Amino acid sequence: MAAPEDRAVARPIAALGRRVALGLDAVGYGASLLGQSTYWLAVGRRKRQPVRAAPVAREMMSVGVSAIPIVSVLAGTIGVMLALQGIDALEPFGAQDQVTFGVALSITREFAPLITGIIVAGRSGAALAARLGTMQINNEIDALSVMGIHPVRYLVVPSLLALIVMVPALSIWADGLALGAAGLYVTSDLGMTFPAYLDGVRAALEPGDVIHGVAKAAIFGALIALVAVVNGSQVRGGAEGVGRATTHSVVQSITLIVLADLIFVFAATR
Amino acid sequence: MATDVAGGEPEHEQKVVEVEDLVVRYGDREILHGVSMDVRRGEVMVIMGGSGSGKSTLLRHLLHLERPASGRIRLLGHEVCGMDDLEWTAFSRHLGVAFQSGALFSSMTVGENVLLPLREHTQLDESTMEIMMRLKLEVVSLAGFENLLPSELSGGMIKRAAFARAIIMDPALLFCDEPSAGLDPVVAASLDELILRLRDALGMTIVVVTHELDSAFRIADRITVLDRGHVLISASVDAVRSSDDPRVQDLLNRRFEEEVPDPEEYLSRLTGERFEAVD
Ligand SMILES: Nc1ncnc2c1ncn2[C@@H]1O[C@H](COP(=O)(O)OP(=O)(O)OP(=O)(O)O)[C@@H](O)[C@H]1O
Ligand SMILES: [Mg+2]
Repeated sequence: MAAPEDRAVARPIAALGRRVALGLDAVGYGASLLGQSTYWLAVGRRKRQPVRAAPVAREMMSVGVSAIPIVSVLAGTIGVMLALQGIDALEPFGAQDQVTFGVALSITREFAPLITGIIVAGRSGAALAARLGTMQINNEIDALSVMGIHPVRYLVVPSLLALIVMVPALSIWADGLALGAAGLYVTSDLGMTFPAYLDGVRAALEPGDVIHGVAKAAIFGALIALVAVVNGSQVRGGAEGVGRATTHSVVQSITLIVLADLIFVFAATR
Repeated sequence: MATDVAGGEPEHEQKVVEVEDLVVRYGDREILHGVSMDVRRGEVMVIMGGSGSGKSTLLRHLLHLERPASGRIRLLGHEVCGMDDLEWTAFSRHLGVAFQSGALFSSMTVGENVLLPLREHTQLDESTMEIMMRLKLEVVSLAGFENLLPSELSGGMIKRAAFARAIIMDPALLFCDEPSAGLDPVVAASLDELILRLRDALGMTIVVVTHELDSAFRIADRITVLDRGHVLISASVDAVRSSDDPRVQDLLNRRFEEEVPDPEEYLSRLTGERFEAVD
């Protein structure tokens, strides 16, 4: 029998240990989902378990197309905000006309993919976790697997594909809008013409910068999908469990997006 | 349909389901303590037992939804416990399952639910599939409801739609968890008749979990009685009826009502304290 003081120390440590173990479990599960999804994409047709185009297209509509308004609004706002901040910061040095350079790089490399990832995590990641969680507690996932329909192939792959394609697509859209909105402000504030601004943007950006942003966005898309599936498919305990899984899914995917961003930038720039 | 996956034993005594010494634990609790039973080709096997006796647990293991601590399960001559997910997915298209809760896909209409196995597993053209779907819905008295969503159906209708989905591929082996619980007597009786018709006309082997005694005796060829994770008896209807095992008779006569608790024990359960009997 341990003394009470020992217990008081040991219990939080044990709890922490359990959490870490659960976290590692979830990571392993996420990795295995990614592997299985690749498998079904590669050999599904041969195994008479094809990944069909219709559900992928449907998911792309709901993940991508219907997110355009909100992505546009936020991207435009952030573009203007960056222009404001840039001009304000450069003014003391009399270097306002350098703002184009900073705005162009920070939008394409950082802000567009990041803001897109966060919006999609909140919209589609949450929806996916809630949908899978509800299916889990209604035995719908069990029903699939006793019907000869592999749940990963049928439910996970379409969402994963849609997110991997649509987050970069939205991010490119956000690039354009944010740069455009920033341009409107910069040109009116600094008395520059819009074509001159665009020339400045073109001079500042290399293809590598756009690719950097798009590649990150694709990673964010995959993270959103995997986190949502891991949380949704582990739901226990009714509607409350679904709510918890949804919240967890959003918090975890945004955290992972920011962390992945840091790691990616570190690896790409250092 | 699925008979090609069965083994090569002589037809008349072919065992379609074989369970040997199945032990199931959830955490520290042992739920099934070495269950053995089998189901012969073309018969209706009813699994009975009180609430919490482990019927659904047994079914979930038969369906590869969970892995037992030990024991063997063979379906249609195939070892199930050793299968991985891929093998199970390829195999399970030969089964039909109607879950206790229905488990219809809530984002799809009734018709789409019933069509799903056809769409996924056959190359039939759309109009043929729709005819088959309407036929099966008619069989469960749901003709005309194919465009409704599950949320627009009553509980009994959901069960029947799930039944239609389970039999759409004419499976060789059909599992039903509580098919008639919660249905009105007329519909329940018609589902019972349907089960018998599927057995007689299509030679389906059917495993039904139920605790409705009347229904059980109406449809069963043989009955397995589960009691707190043990098989009390697994035998023909007549043998079960005339069993002299007092626990079997108890269960049959009491119609699986909740046990009447011992007053002392009941008091201590309510108060959470232990009372010593004083005499
Ligand atoms: N996932 C689980 N985790 C822990 N215990 C479980 C789990 N599923 C079932 N049990 C336990 O197993 C026992 C048998 O449950 P089961 O659902 O198999 O009963 P049942 O015979 O189907 O009852 P009913 O007629 O009420 O459906 C119960 O004591 C239950 O508490
Ligand atoms: Mg049950």
